[in-house]
Amino acid sequence: GCDGGEDSSLRYTLCKKLWDTIKEETESLQDELNRQILEGLLHFIKRCCSGPRHTAGPWEARMRASEIPTAALVLGVNVPDHDMTFQSLCELLQQSVTPHVACLQAKECGALKSLMRKVLERLVGSAAEDEEEGDTHPHPKGAHCTLATLCEWYETKSKKSSTPGKKRSSEEEPARPPIVIIFKDLEAFNPRVLQDFILICSRYVEQLPLILVFGIATSPSTIQQVLPHSVSSLLCIELFQSLSCTQHLSTVMDKLILTHYFPFKPNAKVLQVLVSIFLYHDFSVRNFIKGLKLALLEHYLNQPLSVLCCEKKEEVELNTTQLSHRGLESVRQLASFRRYVEQQQPQEQVALLTSDQHMKETCKKLLKDLYKYHKNYYPVLRCLHALTCSLPRVPLGKQIRELHITCLEGNVWEREEYRSAMQLLSRHYLSKLMHIKILCPHQVANNDSFTFIYYHYFLNVYKKLTLIKNIFDNERCSCFVSPEAKPETAANEGMTSPAKSMEKKTDLFQLQKTLLEMKETRRTKKLSGFEILRNEALDFIDALVRSHLVPPETQPLHEVCYYSSSALLRRHLNATPRTSIQTALSSPYHYLQNDALLTEDGGVSNAAPDLCIVHKLHLECGRLINLYDWLEAYATVVSAAEGKDPESEEYGKVDELKHARFIQAVSELQFLGFIKSTKQKTDHVARLTWGGC
Amino acid sequence: MSVLEVKFVGDEEVLEHIVDIKEGMETIQRPTKLDEDGDDSEEDEVLNEQKYVQALGTESAIGVCVGVFVGGRASDVCVCVCVCVCVCVASELARTPGKSVTFSGPSDTEPSTPVRSGRSEFRTLLSNCRLHQTKRPSPAPSMRSDSDSELSPSDSEEGEGEKSEEEEKETVKQTPRTPSKAKQSAALYKTPAKKTRTLPEPSLIEEYFEAHSSTKVVTSDRTLQRLQTPKLDRTPKLNEFPPHVCSACNVLRVVCDTGAYLTGRRLGFSVVVYGLGSKKALLEDFRLSQLSQELHLVVNGFFPSITLKSILNAVTSEALDHQGTFRNPSDQIDYISQTLKDSPDLHIYLLIHNIDGSMLRGEKTQSALGHLASLPNMHLVASIDHINAPLVWDQCKQSQFNWLWWECVTYQRYVEETSYENSLLVQQTGALALSSLTHVLRSLTSNARGIFKLLVEFQLENRDNPSYIGLSFQDFYQRCREAFLVNSDLTLRTQLTEFRDHKLIRTRKGADGVEYLNVPVDTSTLLDFLEKEEGD
Repeated sequence: GCDGGEDSSLRYTLCKKLWDTIKEETESLQDELNRQILEGLLHFIKRCCSGPRHTAGPWEARMRASEIPTAALVLGVNVPDHDMTFQSLCELLQQSVTPHVACLQAKECGALKSLMRKVLERLVGSAAEDEEEGDTHPHPKGAHCTLATLCEWYETKSKKSSTPGKKRSSEEEPARPPIVIIFKDLEAFNPRVLQDFILICSRYVEQLPLILVFGIATSPSTIQQVLPHSVSSLLCIELFQSLSCTQHLSTVMDKLILTHYFPFKPNAKVLQVLVSIFLYHDFSVRNFIKGLKLALLEHYLNQPLSVLCCEKKEEVELNTTQLSHRGLESVRQLASFRRYVEQQQPQEQVALLTSDQHMKETCKKLLKDLYKYHKNYYPVLRCLHALTCSLPRVPLGKQIRELHITCLEGNVWEREEYRSAMQLLSRHYLSKLMHIKILCPHQVANNDSFTFIYYHYFLNVYKKLTLIKNIFDNERCSCFVSPEAKPETAANEGMTSPAKSMEKKTDLFQLQKTLLEMKETRRTKKLSGFEILRNEALDFIDALVRSHLVPPETQPLHEVCYYSSSALLRRHLNATPRTSIQTALSSPYHYLQNDALLTEDGGVSNAAPDLCIVHKLHLECGRLINLYDWLEAYATVVSAAEGKDPESEEYGKVDELKHARFIQAVSELQFLGFIKSTKQKTDHVARLTWGGC
Repeated sequence: MSVLEVKFVGDEEVLEHIVDIKEGMETIQRPTKLDEDGDDSEEDEVLNEQKYVQALGTESAIGVCVGVFVGGRASDVCVCVCVCVCVCVASELARTPGKSVTFSGPSDTEPSTPVRSGRSEFRTLLSNCRLHQTKRPSPAPSMRSDSDSELSPSDSEEGEGEKSEEEEKETVKQTPRTPSKAKQSAALYKTPAKKTRTLPEPSLIEEYFEAHSSTKVVTSDRTLQRLQTPKLDRTPKLNEFPPHVCSACNVLRVVCDTGAYLTGRRLGFSVVVYGLGSKKALLEDFRLSQLSQELHLVVNGFFPSITLKSILNAVTSEALDHQGTFRNPSDQIDYISQTLKDSPDLHIYLLIHNIDGSMLRGEKTQSALGHLASLPNMHLVASIDHINAPLVWDQCKQSQFNWLWWECVTYQRYVEETSYENSLLVQQTGALALSSLTHVLRSLTSNARGIFKLLVEFQLENRDNPSYIGLSFQDFYQRCREAFLVNSDLTLRTQLTEFRDHKLIRTRKGADGVEYLNVPVDTSTLLDFLEKEEGD
């Protein structure tokens, strides 16, 4: 539903603004993530180009042996994302090292000649553009595309630049800037072409400071597969490994979803759809963001109340005040709001339902609450994740997104996994707990606006723990001199009397069991200082979880921020056209909703479209289909549909109309790719699909 | 599950599937049969019998269910004939090798002829030939002559059908029974989708390979020549028969109204529409309602001679007003992207019907289109129809296109889309060939026309001669000389080259190494052509 031109345009601006922020954020994130690998590359290239000239190190020796310095960039299988990396690499190189960068894609370089031409075009062409001196070097023509030409060009170029120029003084470029040739997708290149190119390059390496960069999607061993030893020995390869895409995703999610800065939130199902498309289909962060973008768009388009979903508090207030009567009505119709109203006093209820002014005030209050909820939700989530991510068998998920989805789905503390995690935590040994206690306050402190009480509490706990640790350390020094005592059991051993079973512990399970038993026996015993503190801390965390990690569905007005139609998202992003066609053919009722088409399982009504009938008949056949028999069968079915008397002469006879309809249906089937004509036998067609619907 | 099956399967079908499974069993038994060289001994039959009983037992467990076409009204229940055709074919196949296998014991449930007494009246509705066949005495030798509806294996090579009857019989016998099994499997697929899923996966795969392992497939030999009008001219009669109207297709219109399209594409998405039924009218509606104010370009991807070049040319010359040519498509694309970059306010909407069309399927074309789609002010709306269409795009291209998928099942006829197709049944080449013939010939000299006419006439004289392969060059030359059409060997050759360039004639080397010429147009068109020529 879409109402009011101004309203929707407002929503569009909001959406656009939010999207721009997201885009900016992800781009900066991308740069951040790439920085490390790019810097490594940059360093490598700089070293390569400066090496032979200035220092007489091993590099020079290598260059003498006509080895081409090569960087192998392992980027992972998420090919669509690579473009961004290469783009930033190109820009970086052009800015800081050399203007001579050529980016090559396999599809443009089918043969050596075209590869050469591309290289020259990119290098000479870009330089010509830079200088805007058309006369220096005309565009290289096909016949002259050799490295010799490039050499010549490079010589004149470097001569020119060595004469004092206005450009040169500003940048500290080396006198002979290297020529970097980037192969974006090494796997897709024709090995022969690549080999020949490298062989030729190696002849020119004396005159041209060439550097190659290979973009690899699979594994470094591809180089060995693509290039024989005789060729790869001409290269001096250094490997660079990029960040794995799952890590990339985690960071992106951290920045975009696990934060209260962005008002737009996908709900559990939507998030799950997006993550599963990422994990099971493409590993592409770009596609993940695309999905998020679509969700954003759909949310702002279809949810009239998304006007209230803004980044800044002031905007929210403003938009709430400007909410029209109709807008307020739609707020009143929200399920979460109705629930909220029902919980109020009768007087309040009436006021909410009748007075628009009062309603606006309440809305403001509720939205503020929602904001506060988000502000508290994420730190607590991180806290819980930090505590549980390193537990054995990670009951609450290794990735924070898993925990997040669990929390969104329902009350996390009612889940079995949460209970077992808490149980495991309550048996945690001191050192580990200490480590976590260090982590927790940081998590909280990162969030500057988070209420200081928590922070102080954690600090307090931390201090106490340090104290106990000191005492404990002293104790241990006096009691257990024997080195066998494992640190992880030490905590328990320090508290209880040294258990004999500890000595024969064999595996973790055994250990856990004994620990459990010990716990049983210990229950009656007096708790030590550490245990008291630990329990206290855990209780505190539990209380935090219970108060702040409630699912968003319980919050009034959550519909403003949460986008929930995961099915739509899946349909648009991860469509299954083939299934759709098959379903349409085999059960037309599914789409046509015509009662005449309703049949028992597996059948197709004879009132169905011709295409469905013909398709159904074709399913009965083997590899080849006799057109005549097919036509006859079709005519019989259609005659029945026409309600002709089975006894009559006309029944099942092929008249012209039926024939024409049949022909149409068959050629449609051919068009759809189910059959093709064959010469194996006259008037036969071959089936192209196998298996029924 | 089996209980459920029993409910739906009628008696006749059960019988049929007993036959099927028995045949399946026979396949297993085949080795022993081969050893005995077709001499069915008594023990063999007993074995058969046992297998049959086993098959009876397993029948319900396998869960064979015959798809039944049920009429709109409950009264006229019509069992799909095709099932019968297939099964009959299969059962006949089992029987044709001469001996009719009879069963002792409970064979009363197993009918020994393809047409069973238990069948209801619809059986009699089958074409006469089949009934005729059953009345025929079982000995095989006269099979071929008295009815053409008998079966023969089709070989992968052409023209091998000229075997002697003895051989024929032999092949029928030795044809592996896989085809009949395939039919059984086809029957299996008729179980509802839910149940199909519960079928063990390997069996499906095995069936596939079984069906494709042998080069021989057994189908009936009947051809369309049996019809009164074996080839129809494409008639507009279909218009009288309205296609089904799908309410779901309104979805798109709703979407159009909300402006989701435009917003979506402003944010860089391309739209692809999929689903059964022609979506041309739908997109046309969309174009008229949404794009009439915008600069847009419609591409008919199903058109058989569309090329990337023509699309790009249309963009550059029509939309961007560029005069001049480009060296290659990539230059052209570079130019387009540069121009669009320079003028960010210029939006071009590219509407492609059937982006999976046969001429656009190529990797290069698709990546070029992908490149266009990735431009921020080029907006793409496309439709796909082929079941394997998404395979055209790999991950890179998908991300370039940035598709948003819309399901639109319209059930509209693909009238325009299929009209260009070389249809299997429609004699549509006729009109086209005739006009091209007359067109080309009009531009030739009268002598050349005469030469061609000579060839056509000769071909028509020989139209009833099945062994006619064409007119040999020497003969042709002789005739042309006699008609004072050419004076030398060379002139004729030049003329023929011209004909060949226009695809008017085809040459073929005969067995004796001599070139034979013929006109690759069918007889009726040639007759029309001659008539027209005479008329002029």
